[in-house]
Amino acid sequence: MSNPSNTEERVKKIVAEQLGVKEDEVKMEASFVEDLGADSLDTVELVMALEEEFETEIPDEDAEGITTVKLAIDYINAHLD
Amino acid sequence: MSLEQKIALVTGASRGIGAAIADALGAEGAMVIGTATSEDGTSKISERFAEKEIKGKGLILDVTHEGSITSVLEEIRETYGPLTILVNNAGITKDNLLMRMGNDEWFDVVNTNLNAVYHLSKGCLRGMMKARWGRIVNISSVVGSMGNGGQSNYAASKAGVAGFTRALAKEVGSRNITVNTISPGFIETDMTDTLLEDQKALMLSAVPAGRLGKPEEIAGVVKFLVSDAAAYITGENIHVNGGMYMS
Repeated sequence: MSNPSNTEERVKKIVAEQLGVKEDEVKMEASFVEDLGADSLDTVELVMALEEEFETEIPDEDAEGITTVKLAIDYINAHLD
Repeated sequence: MSLEQKIALVTGASRGIGAAIADALGAEGAMVIGTATSEDGTSKISERFAEKEIKGKGLILDVTHEGSITSVLEEIRETYGPLTILVNNAGITKDNLLMRMGNDEWFDVVNTNLNAVYHLSKGCLRGMMKARWGRIVNISSVVGSMGNGGQSNYAASKAGVAGFTRALAKEVGSRNITVNTISPGFIETDMTDTLLEDQKALMLSAVPAGRLGKPEEIAGVVKFLVSDAAAYITGENIHVNGGMYMS
C-alpha cells in the first residue's frame, strides 16, 4: 500500500519538522543525533511523530535502532504494507 | 479563570488533600477527573463537583494496577481530550517497625505511593509533550525528608517520589513541562485522624505554627504550581508544614 518514494518524502518531512532542520539537510545517511542535532528526547518525539503519521506502533526495542533517516524509512517500508 | 480548557487528573480525590486539590483546580476552571478506589468514593467526587459547579467527574482507579491506569487515561483522552495536568496524590500508610514489617506492608505502600507515580506520569507524558505544556505535581510527605519511626516503607516511597520528580523534571524541562513535589507536614485528614491524641500533641509540639495544616493549604500550592506564574519552578520539593521541617 505504501509507495516507497512517498514514504521517503513523508519521513523526511517529519524529521525536518520535528528536529527543526531544513528538508535538504535531511539526507539518507544523516544520523538524527550526530548530524541533525537531536537529543534523546527529540528522538523519542520523532518516533512518536512517525507512529502517528504511519498509524503504527513502534516498539521501544525497534525504536532504539532507528538512528538515521535511512533506517527510519527502511523500518516503515518493512513494517507497513 | 486561569485553567479554562485544561484537563486535570487528581488521584485519591474523594477526601482529604486530594479532594481539596480537585476542588481548587475545578474552581480555576479546569475540567477535573478525580479518582477513587470505590464506587462510593467516585460518586462522592461527582456529587461534590456538581454541587460546586466544577466540570468533570469521579472515576474508579486502582493506581496499583497498570491496566486500570491505561484504561482510565484512554477514557479521559477519548472523552475529554489531552490531559496536561497530573496530580499524583493517592497514598496509603501501613506503619510498622521494620523488624515486624511484612512484605505486604512494604510492597503495598511502595506500589501505591511510588510505582503508581511512575505509571501515571509515563502514561500522561506523550500528551503533554505533544501539547508542549504540562504540569505534574507529586504529593510526597515531610516524612520522606525527615524520616519517622514505624514508617520506613512510607518514608522510602515518599523520598522516592521526590527523587523521581527531580529526574523527570530534567528530562522534560525543555518541553514546557514542569514536575514538582509538595511535601505536606501534618494536615487534618483521615490519615492523621487515626493518630492517638498524645501522639498528636507530641507532633504538634514540633510545629512552630502550633496547629495542623488544612487540606486547602496544600491545594493552594498545587494551584500555584500548575499556573503560568510557576512556569520556571521545576524539580522542586516544596515543604508545607507550618515550620516543623525546614530544608
